[in-house]
Amino acid sequence: MATGRRRMAVTIDPTTYETQGRHLMIEAKGLTKYYGDTLAVNDLSFQARAGTVTGFLGPNGAGKSTSMRMILGLDRPTRGTAIVNGKRYHELRHPLRTVGALLDAKWVHPNRSARAHLAWLAKANGIGKSRVDEVLDIVGLTSVAGKRAGGFSLGMSQRLGIAGALLGDPEVLLFDEPVNGLDPEGILWMRKFMHRLADEGRTVFVSSHLLSEMSLTANELVVIGKGELVAQSSTTDFVARATEQAVLVRSPQLPLFRDVLTAEGAELRDENGGVIVSGMDSDAIGELAAKHSVTLHELSPQLGSLEQAFMQLTGDTVEYAAH
Amino acid sequence: MTLLAVERIKLFTTRSPWWCAVAALAIVIGFAALMAGTAQTDAQVSVGSSQFGYDFGLTVIMVLAALSITTEYRFGTIKTTFLAAPNRTKVLLAKTAVVALLALLVGEVAAFGALGVSALMAPSADLALDSGADWAQVAGVGVVYALAAVIAVAVGGLVRHSAGAISLLLIYAMVAEPLVQIIPRVGDDIYQWLPFNVVEKFLSGDGATRGAASAGPPLSTSTLSQGWALAYFAGLAAVLLATAIMVARRRDA
Repeated sequence: MATGRRRMAVTIDPTTYETQGRHLMIEAKGLTKYYGDTLAVNDLSFQARAGTVTGFLGPNGAGKSTSMRMILGLDRPTRGTAIVNGKRYHELRHPLRTVGALLDAKWVHPNRSARAHLAWLAKANGIGKSRVDEVLDIVGLTSVAGKRAGGFSLGMSQRLGIAGALLGDPEVLLFDEPVNGLDPEGILWMRKFMHRLADEGRTVFVSSHLLSEMSLTANELVVIGKGELVAQSSTTDFVARATEQAVLVRSPQLPLFRDVLTAEGAELRDENGGVIVSGMDSDAIGELAAKHSVTLHELSPQLGSLEQAFMQLTGDTVEYAAH
Repeated sequence: MTLLAVERIKLFTTRSPWWCAVAALAIVIGFAALMAGTAQTDAQVSVGSSQFGYDFGLTVIMVLAALSITTEYRFGTIKTTFLAAPNRTKVLLAKTAVVALLALLVGEVAAFGALGVSALMAPSADLALDSGADWAQVAGVGVVYALAAVIAVAVGGLVRHSAGAISLLLIYAMVAEPLVQIIPRVGDDIYQWLPFNVVEKFLSGDGATRGAASAGPPLSTSTLSQGWALAYFAGLAAVLLATAIMVARRRDA
């Protein structure tokens, strides 16, 4: 390969090493962005590590794209910083060799050929011409390389965008809603592709508004709503927590039983005519009721879907929620 | 240097610059042919009259230059560009340089082409470049095109929309500026300092190059010398470009 791999450049400040020895490749610290009076992103801090696919999850309008644009130096944060591979984006000498990004597949001149589009990108970062043909081959666009990009289908445009992101063989990749509008085959391809990139030790940071998609793609999740961090955790933890079984309990002796449940460490939430108990399964609740001679009118496990849980977590942060 | 090459690739891998360049050449040279062809005697054809069409070429050049940057905003390629090269000052300087060089080239070919076609069609006319004024009138066209291209890139970068930038430039240069003259009392004093009027002074001076040619666009009312007139126009281009770069650095892409 013309450029050679410079994986894990040693210029990283030792304090950014993560305890397990993996690099912290993207780090947002207190990112805040106002558009006029509108607060789009509020004091957002998160990390993405090498060798993992980090999902950037949030409802539409939560500030995902804005955050990505700030990481990439396109938008200027009102406050806070974003560090990529130990540096701010504009301090990277040949940024495409460190960071590859696909924010919008349409950011291509429609009258320019796919090859010409990649050629000027390559030229700007001292990347050899042979690499252009290589990435065209990787995404399977070799046969249409000379055709004008304006005539491409959405899937082809998306792949051209990916080719552009891969051009510099970067350690860090950012994709903004990469599966939007793709057919199932395309979605599957994209999913496998991101896993492969992470398996090669790269940092993949991918945004989506679909939890179900992210639960299949990402190892780590950064969840935001209305511009604020809701959670950062591993996908397994997040899904476990999100789908944690809750039990609806109705009882005529509810005030008494409440105290019993709380004393046992369960979490309670009022629900029409009863309480939703979490942190305890229905067996345990039933036995507790028998032990304290509490009459139960209802004891029903609530099976929440991922999507419901996600809505629950971000629900009060969704801007267009009905009030 | 790299960024110059990048901007060169970008400019020449789309079609509009080619069309604009060809159109500018055709208009300027075609106009000279028209002037020479309709002159009653060869004596009416002069160095000055061979360049009467330069104004029309200028508008095409400004369209080309403005489009070179507004289409980047239109198609989002400016973001791709800033991702590949985050130093916006360097990017915009490189783009301006490449567009200005193309304008210079087109201007020189157009001006000398116009002179040549005049000489072919009116063989006995005095078309020798035997004074500084003659040289400024012909060779100056490319220089003016280059500076106008800088102005158009700057305006395009500030306005960001093709239609907006082009209408602003053309309406200003072709309509608004001449109209200033009809403002009572102060109109002429203001007009004297307006850029496209001043730069006409650099090209045609006091009309010495026109010889016996009767018609033609009005001479400049600027009282500056030819050299200062050029410096004034160049200064304006530099100020506009600096403003555009400063704004681009601060604004979100």
